Amino acid sequence: MQELDTAVPGSVRVTRQSDKVVIIEKDLATEQMVLAMGPQHPSTHGVLKLECLTDGEVITEAEPCLGYLHRCFEKCCENVDYPAVVPYTDRLDYLAGMNSEFAYAITVEKLLDIEIPRRVEFIRVIVAELNRIASHLVAIGTYGIDLGAFTPFLFCFRDREIILGLLEWASGARMLYNYIWVGGLAYDVPADFLTRVKEFVNYFRPKALELCNLLTENEIFVKRTWGIGIMPADVAINYGWSGPMLRGSGVKWDLRRNDPYSIYPELDFKVPVPDGKHSVIGDCLSRHLVRAWEMDESLKIIEQCIDKMPSAEGFNPRSAIPKRIRPKAGEVYGRAENPRGELGFYIESDGKSTKPVRCKARSSCFVNLSAMKDLSKGQLIPDLVAIIGSIDIVLGEVDR
Amino acid sequence: MEEGKVFSQSLQESAAAYAIIQEKFGAAVSALDTNETMPFFEVVDPSLWTEIALFMREHPKLKFNYLACLTGIDYPVDEKLGIICNFESLGLLNHKLSVKVKCARNGGSIPSISCVWHTANWHEREAYDMFGMTFTGHPELKRILCPDDWEGYPLRKDYKVQDKYHGIKVPY
Repeated sequence: MQELDTAVPGSVRVTRQSDKVVIIEKDLATEQMVLAMGPQHPSTHGVLKLECLTDGEVITEAEPCLGYLHRCFEKCCENVDYPAVVPYTDRLDYLAGMNSEFAYAITVEKLLDIEIPRRVEFIRVIVAELNRIASHLVAIGTYGIDLGAFTPFLFCFRDREIILGLLEWASGARMLYNYIWVGGLAYDVPADFLTRVKEFVNYFRPKALELCNLLTENEIFVKRTWGIGIMPADVAINYGWSGPMLRGSGVKWDLRRNDPYSIYPELDFKVPVPDGKHSVIGDCLSRHLVRAWEMDESLKIIEQCIDKMPSAEGFNPRSAIPKRIRPKAGEVYGRAENPRGELGFYIESDGKSTKPVRCKARSSCFVNLSAMKDLSKGQLIPDLVAIIGSIDIVLGEVDR
Repeated sequence: MEEGKVFSQSLQESAAAYAIIQEKFGAAVSALDTNETMPFFEVVDPSLWTEIALFMREHPKLKFNYLACLTGIDYPVDEKLGIICNFESLGLLNHKLSVKVKCARNGGSIPSISCVWHTANWHEREAYDMFGMTFTGHPELKRILCPDDWEGYPLRKDYKVQDKYHGIKVPY
């Protein structure tokens, strides 16, 4: 038995035996430790590296290191024609390819100032909302895995598979579609497509509830996310957050509603924001809840689109596509609500070339992730995993 | 604004917001470019850029609390580099306005606005990474998407890729 060495505080681990203090470990390091999390760490959802400075279990600073998946999207765009950019946009947010194509298409159409057939708009919204559900299913499923719940992940992927099947039927590809073109669509939807989509909507409603019971109301899951990583609304806006992240902080902001494009003004849907009863506004659980609620709203939108869809008679999905896309000189910033937030494109045209002079993608994940440094300060390491999961990053979009 | 032309409501809002900035800063800002897709003005005197940015965020009739996008751009003909910022008053006044700031192509610098909007922090790092202009007053200006020891600035129009990177052949 040794005397407690008080000269070096913090360097020993002690315990009490009856009324004596016993040293278990001596000469413990007191300096902070650098812990590199990633780029191969599974809970970073891709090749993201976080350089954490830890003090025991507490993170004093976490610095995200990006660029492992950088593949010069913007340089590629400057070297191809406007329509040829579409496949590249698929590869930005590869979990929501339809939404990325949609954002790019409406941006170029704004610059071209052309009218799109109504049926095209309806089909675009249906496939985009289907893709939004698929993307949220991945987000929710993998978030469950991060926090130790494996079963919801399998449920999510089972249902996502049906959506991917539907989109493959329409476009020919499972994830990288090249379906929404500038000025139109690659093809009309197959004859029976809408019936099948309706079947899916009816099938998925109870499944979404089941998912809710399994994960959202699971006590372990709630304990891991409740009150973790709180982001106040004004700071979130200053950080440029958008999409479910911003709505998780209680800001009722949805580009489909607040800066409407396509046929969204005609559709009836709610913009869900946390009410503070189920979660602390702005925490990880709020962001998760917003995604779960949004899937329901997407189902509503799809149902309305199917009901209002103009007939296919005499319809040519490529009728409005210009022979040669050469916009007049000018610049445009167009954006759309993606599953992960605002995906914007800044495009500059010189009026002579069929290639954009500059095409910048404003990625929602990139901007959302930039708050990581502030969010992680003073958190425990397991909570850091919960925070990254709730940001729902897709590295294809972060690194571009 | 030109007479006898019909402008959309969003463009009128942008013009009204611009008028307030123009009144305060006078010759430091250029005239408003009234196009329908992206109305913008240019900051003629970049040394005032941070001040203008703060004014845009704080003025009760402007309240641009949201920086949607910050794009770097290369103007090889004018021998200039620049940035384009798309602002919006999110949820407050709902108007939009874009601003351009330019600097010299070689060794040029632009004041940083990352102290006004956090969004600008990473976007300015990206612009520096891709174009090579520096942002004075930025808390940690280093490359973000390319490796720290990468040579050249990839999005410049005259960019030539390096032959070897750590002994690995780069062009394929």
